Amino acid sequence: MKFKFLALLMLSCLMFGVAGCGSTGDSGKKEQVYVYSWGDYLDPEVLKIFEQETGIHVVLDEFDTNESMYPRVAEGAVHYDVICPSDYMIQKMIGNNLLQPLDFNKLPDAKKYIGEEFFKQAETFDPGNKYAVPYCWGTVGIIYDKTKVTEPVDSWNILWDEKYKGQILMQDSARDALMIPLKLMGKSMNETDKDVLAQAQEMLKKQKPLVQAYVVDEVKEKLIGSEAAMGVVFSGEALIILQENPNMAFAVPKEGTNFWIDGWVITKDSQNVDAAHKFINFMCRPDIAVKNFDYLGYSTPNIAVKDLEENEEYKNSPIAFPSPDVYKDQETYKYLGNQMDEYYNNLWMQVKVD
Amino acid sequence: MFNKFTRNILLTPFLIWAGLFIFVPLIFIVWYGVTDYDGNFSLGNIGLIFERGYLDALKLSVELALISTVACLLLAYPLCLILTERQRDNTTIISLLFILPLWMNSLLSTMAWQTILEHNGIINQFMKLLDLPTFHMINTEGAIVLGMVYNFLPYMVLPLFISLSKIDRSILEAAQDLGANSWQKFFRVILPLTLPGAISGITMVFIPALTTFVISALLGGGKLLLIGNIIEQEFTFQYDWHVGCALSVILMIFIILNMLLTTAFDPMKEAGDEH
Amino acid sequence: MKYIKQIYLAIIFLFLYAPIAVLIAQSFNASRYRGHWTGVTLDWYVKLFNDQRIADALSNTLSIGLLSAGIATILGLITCVAMKEFSRKWRATFMSITNIPILNADIVTGISLMLLFMGIGLKLGYVSILLAHIVFNVPYVILCIMPQLMTLDKSFYEAALDLGASPFKAFTSVILPELRPSIFAGFLLAFTMSADDFIITHFTKGAGVDTLTTAIYAQLKLGVHPEIYALSTLVFVFVLIFVILFAINRRKLKHIEEVI
Repeated sequence: MKFKFLALLMLSCLMFGVAGCGSTGDSGKKEQVYVYSWGDYLDPEVLKIFEQETGIHVVLDEFDTNESMYPRVAEGAVHYDVICPSDYMIQKMIGNNLLQPLDFNKLPDAKKYIGEEFFKQAETFDPGNKYAVPYCWGTVGIIYDKTKVTEPVDSWNILWDEKYKGQILMQDSARDALMIPLKLMGKSMNETDKDVLAQAQEMLKKQKPLVQAYVVDEVKEKLIGSEAAMGVVFSGEALIILQENPNMAFAVPKEGTNFWIDGWVITKDSQNVDAAHKFINFMCRPDIAVKNFDYLGYSTPNIAVKDLEENEEYKNSPIAFPSPDVYKDQETYKYLGNQMDEYYNNLWMQVKVD
Repeated sequence: MFNKFTRNILLTPFLIWAGLFIFVPLIFIVWYGVTDYDGNFSLGNIGLIFERGYLDALKLSVELALISTVACLLLAYPLCLILTERQRDNTTIISLLFILPLWMNSLLSTMAWQTILEHNGIINQFMKLLDLPTFHMINTEGAIVLGMVYNFLPYMVLPLFISLSKIDRSILEAAQDLGANSWQKFFRVILPLTLPGAISGITMVFIPALTTFVISALLGGGKLLLIGNIIEQEFTFQYDWHVGCALSVILMIFIILNMLLTTAFDPMKEAGDEH
Repeated sequence: MKYIKQIYLAIIFLFLYAPIAVLIAQSFNASRYRGHWTGVTLDWYVKLFNDQRIADALSNTLSIGLLSAGIATILGLITCVAMKEFSRKWRATFMSITNIPILNADIVTGISLMLLFMGIGLKLGYVSILLAHIVFNVPYVILCIMPQLMTLDKSFYEAALDLGASPFKAFTSVILPELRPSIFAGFLLAFTMSADDFIITHFTKGAGVDTLTTAIYAQLKLGVHPEIYALSTLVFVFVLIFVILFAINRRKLKHIEEVI
C-alpha cells in the first residue's frame, strides 16, 4: 500500500516534469533574451513591463559571484545574451574574447541618461567604452556603530585599533581585503610589486586577531543585528543597514577607496543581439532605472533618477547620491592577468590559513 | 541467491551508469590535477598544496570531522536504543521525525544557528535577561562542530536505527537469560549486530563533514578554513581548477584510505565469504 | 532511568528543532532581515503566494527530488541485490566506486558533470539537473539498503524457492517486504539530498530553470527574502501533518488487522 502511494507520487511528479518541459518548449516561439545577472539585482516588475512593451520574453538567471558566473559563460554551458559582471571581470571577459562590442546607435537612452563621469571611469576596464553600459556603482567604506565608536572615523587605520578587538568585520575576498592596506600605504589597489603586496599581507596578518569574521553578504544582517562595532561594506549595503539600524553611520576613508561599477555587456555568441540591445536600452530608461533603484538601493549612474525619485530619504541620502568629490579620482579594480590574480588570491589565502 | 548470469545482468545498468557518470568525471578531475595550464603533465599542483600550507587546513578538517563523527555516534546510539525499545511498531514514523529537520534547507538552518549563537544571539539575549555572563560561541571550532553534528546527525541515526530495529528481540532476551548485564549485552550482542549500520553512518557523516564549506563559512566566520573552503576558493575565486582538482584527488585518496580502514573492521566479511 | 531517557530524548529534539523554531519565528518577523525583530506580520505569506518564481522553483525542486530519488532507489536496489552475490573483494570494489560521487567535494562533482554534459552535447536544463541528482543520490540509497540486505536471513527466500516460487516472485514477496524500511529510508534520504543541493545544481542547470536552493543562493546578495522562511515553515508544517496522518493511518490499519 505504501508502495502504491509512492508509485502514485512518482507518477504525478513525472507528469509535473513533462508539463514543465512542455511549457519551456512553448516559449521557444516568442523572441527571447537570456539575461544573467546578480541575484536580486533588478525589480521583477521591470521584466514584466519589458515583456509587455516589446513582446520579448526575458529568461532571467542569477549568479552569486563574478567567479561562479565566469566558468558557466566561458565554457559555453549556457548561451546567455546579456550579462551584468563587475569592472575587473568585464575586462577579463573582453581579454578572453567572450564579449561583443555594443552598437550604441541601438542604445539611445544609454547615451542620453548614463552620466559621462561613469563612462569615463569605465574606460579603466573597457577602453573606448565599446563593451559595457554601467548599471550600478558604488564605493567601499566603513560602517560603524555610533554607540560603540565615539572617535571620528575617517581612516582605514581604525580597523587596526586594538580597542575593537573581536568587533571588526572584514570583506572576505582577495582584492577587497588587500585594497585596504594598499590604500593605507598610499599605493594603488592594482599594485603588482610583490614586495609592496607582501607588506600589505603582513598588515592583514597582524589584523587577523582583531577581526571577528571575514564575511561576504552576511555582513548586512550581522550589522543590522549590531553584532559588531564596525565593518567594511559596499555603499549600497550601507544604505540598507542605515535604514534598518539608525545607530550606524557610514564613512569613506580619506586614503581612498574602490570605485566599483557593474555594467551590462553582450556575449560574443549571443543569438539575440537585437533583443539584447533593446533590453540594455530599456534598463537605461529613467522610469525603469528609478524602479530598479528603489528596489535595490545601489547607486545608479543614471542622471535622470535623482529628479524622479519620490522617496525623500533616498533622494537626500549622501550615500545613494554622493557628491562628486567622493568618487572623483578614485580607482577601479583592473584585471591584472591570471598570474597576478592567482598571486593576490594566494596572499589572501595565506592570511586566512595562517 | 541468483545464478551468476542474473547477477551480472542486474549489475549491468549500474556499471554503464558508473562508467559514464562516475569514471568519466573522475578522469576529468585527475587529468586537471596532474596537468598545468598548458595541458602538460606536471606534479606542480600537488607541490603547491604543500607549499601553501593547505595541509594544515586538511589536518583541521580531519580533526573537526572526526570529532563530529564521534559526537554523532555517541549521540545516536543511546537515542536509537531508547527509540527502538520504546515503540517497536512505529519505526518509520520515528525515522521520519528525525529526517524531518533535514527537510529544512541546510543553508537556512545553519543561518538559524548563527542567529542562536551570535554575540547578540538568542542564547546570549537569554543570558542577559537572567543577568548571567554571556558566551563567545560564534566563529569558533566548537560552533563548526555543532553545525556539523546538527546537519549530519540524521545520517547517523537512520542506518543505526534500521539495523537496531532489525535485531531479533529473542536474541537480546537470550543474552539476558544467560546472565549478561546491560553493558555486556550492548558490547557483545548489540554492537556487533549494528556495526554495519554504524559503519554506513560513519561514512555518511564523516565524508560530508570533511568536505563541507557552507558550515565553516557561516559558523566559523571565514577565519577557520577547512579543506572544503580551500577547494571552493580555488575553483571559484582563483578559477584554478588544476590546484582545486589536485586537492580533490588528495582528499579522495584520504577518504578511500579511511574507508579501507573501516571496511577492515567490517564484521560482515565472514558472511560474504561463503561464496 | 526512565526519566533520564526521556530527558535525553527531549534534549535531542530540542537540539534538532531549535533552528527550525527560529526559522518559523523569522517567517513572521516584520523586518526583512535576520536577527532584527520589529514585530509580527503575515505579509511574507501573502507575498509568497503571489510569487510565480518561487512556485516554479518549488515545483522543480519537488519533481526533480521525487524523480531522482525514485530512479536512484530503483537503480540502487538492483545494484545492491546484484552486489550481494559477489565475493567480498568485488563487493568492496563496487562499494568504493559507488561512493566516489560523495567523496568529491560538491563543486568538483558539479563542474566535472557540467563538462561531461557539454561534452556529450546535452543541453543544460531540467534533464541535466535530474541526471546530476541521480548521480549523487545513488550512493546514499546504496548506503542505506546494503547493511540491511547483508544481515538478511536467506532461509525464507530459499524456502519460497523450494515451494515453487520463481526467483522474481520470491524476491518481491519475501525479500522486498523485509527491505522496506531501508528502501524507504534510502528514498527519503535521496529526496532530501536532492532538495538540499545547491552547488551541483548551480553548475548543471540551464538558464531560467531554478530549484529552491539556487533561488535562495541568488538572493544572498540582498539577504534572504522572508518569503523563503515562510515557504520553509509551510513545507515543514505540511510534512509534519503528513507524518501525523501516516501515524494515525498505521494505527488504524493495525487495529483492523487485529480485529480480523
